[in-house]
Amino acid sequence: MSNKTDIPGKDIRIKIRGLTKAFGPKVILNNLDLDVYAGESLVVIGGSGTGKSVLLKCILGLLRPDAGTVEINGQNIVGLNSDDMEKVRRKFGMLFQYAALFDSLTILDNVAFGLIQAHGVPKKEAHRIALEKLSAVGLGERFAAKFPAELSSGMKKRVGLARAIATTPETLFFDEPTTGLDPVMGDVIDQLIVKSVKELGATGLTITHDMDSAKRISDRIAMLYDGKITWVGPTDELEKTDNPYVHQFINGLLDGPIKVSLAHND
Amino acid sequence: MPILQPLGNLTLRFLEIVGRLSIFAGTAISHCFRPPFYPKLILKQMIEVGYYSLPVVGLTAIFTGMVLALQSYTGFARFSAESAIPNVVIVSITRELGPVLAGLMVAGRVGAAMAAEIGTMRVTEQIDALYTLATNPFKYLIAPRVIAGVLTLPLLVLVADTIGVFGGYLVSVHKLGFNPATYIKNTIDFMENLDVISGLVKAAAFGFIITLMGCYHGFHSRGGAQGVGAATTNAVVSASILILTFNYIITELFFSI
Ligand SMILES: Nc1ncnc2c1ncn2[C@@H]1O[C@H](COP(=O)(O)OP(=O)(O)OP(=O)(O)O)[C@@H](O)[C@H]1O
Ligand SMILES: [Mg+2]
Repeated sequence: MSNKTDIPGKDIRIKIRGLTKAFGPKVILNNLDLDVYAGESLVVIGGSGTGKSVLLKCILGLLRPDAGTVEINGQNIVGLNSDDMEKVRRKFGMLFQYAALFDSLTILDNVAFGLIQAHGVPKKEAHRIALEKLSAVGLGERFAAKFPAELSSGMKKRVGLARAIATTPETLFFDEPTTGLDPVMGDVIDQLIVKSVKELGATGLTITHDMDSAKRISDRIAMLYDGKITWVGPTDELEKTDNPYVHQFINGLLDGPIKVSLAHND
Repeated sequence: MPILQPLGNLTLRFLEIVGRLSIFAGTAISHCFRPPFYPKLILKQMIEVGYYSLPVVGLTAIFTGMVLALQSYTGFARFSAESAIPNVVIVSITRELGPVLAGLMVAGRVGAAMAAEIGTMRVTEQIDALYTLATNPFKYLIAPRVIAGVLTLPLLVLVADTIGVFGGYLVSVHKLGFNPATYIKNTIDFMENLDVISGLVKAAAFGFIITLMGCYHGFHSRGGAQGVGAATTNAVVSASILILTFNYIITELFFSI
């Protein structure tokens, strides 16, 4: 099993050690270790329900881990009080799997929200930036005054992305950014993620099922299985690895160590 | 002992809820006094709590005042004390019926709406989104609602008091044959500041209870639509019970001064 978590000479932006999270008797993350380097784009792949979203929420401090540490720039955020956590989160941008737009606010106000509330940007300037980000995700000015309920789920996803990158955060988290998008728009979003991470010098942590997208946007890929990172390495080594879980997952095979339970209600 | 265990579990669960609620209330209160404040959001909630509750509270108040005059007449006529009706109406409405009925009506209207709105935000991860945008939901969602509740309920109760007393006046004058001028004079002469003040103190407390219960149950809702539905029911039921409980406690406090 490959465990290339050490890249000498690079700063670690997010350092996760022994992360454990269970819901009742169900252990989702089990003693998980992972490093995300400053300036890289890391993609986490893994089957549905393996706990990818839970992992992100633990890093963001939205879920409290049962054990383990999550260090952001060397500061352990587990158990941090809400004011200190808020300071850490000002440098974060997050796209939720189901967009999680504020449905009482217009699209424009959604995108401008972080700028106005957390960064004290004047409203006019915030709206200008928001319009810019909206057009970057392919949504013109005519969408600005609409409410989330009036958009399709793919559009909501793009608004969520615009909201995540609006504050030009230091670290970006994307939970399945291309799910529910058509291939062309998926490509646009992939490019936007690469651009946000590379040009703005941000660090990206993306979760996806979409292997094509994963290969396009990642410097490194990590695979989550059974509560742990079973493989992590540079993207071009993904195909070559002899890790049976990775092999089965990226080739979409039914036979292999990953047991898919169909028609079970457990 | 098999009967002791469920009893113990029940006690533990009760204590857990009281503990969680106290922490929630403490956090909410502390954020009411710490900047940033959101005057626009507070105003919006005040309109939601106060203005849109006027019809429902007004109707409740007028019929309560009317029935109060009528019922008192039935009772007082038995020992020829009909002239005490204005006194009974003003005292009952300002001290008791105004705040309690307005509180219960607003609990049904506003408490439920808040629980549903915040509960939906919870299950659709909008609350998580607030956190990741470095905005504390206690400041942005809960404090404005609690402040609006505490400020608006007393105003609403003042209106309810006035309408309720007017309802009593209507029945007394037009049905029971009271002299209008005498009725009004008796009402004003008999009314004491403490009556109204105790009612307004109750109203502020009820405003706190209603908004806190709405926010608490919404904030802790789980699952999907079903969870939000349960949160809504729990918000209304717990607010109503707490209103009646604290109504007694506050009455008792004012009784001793
Ligand atoms: N708040 C919660 N309470 C209880 N169980 C939860 C909660 N959140 C997640 N889970 C459980 O944790 C497991 C992992 O969930 P998670 O959402 O992280 O999956 P995922 O890897 O993101 O899957 P997908 O690719 O389908 O989004 C699931 O079995 C889910 O039922
Ligand atoms: Mg997920």
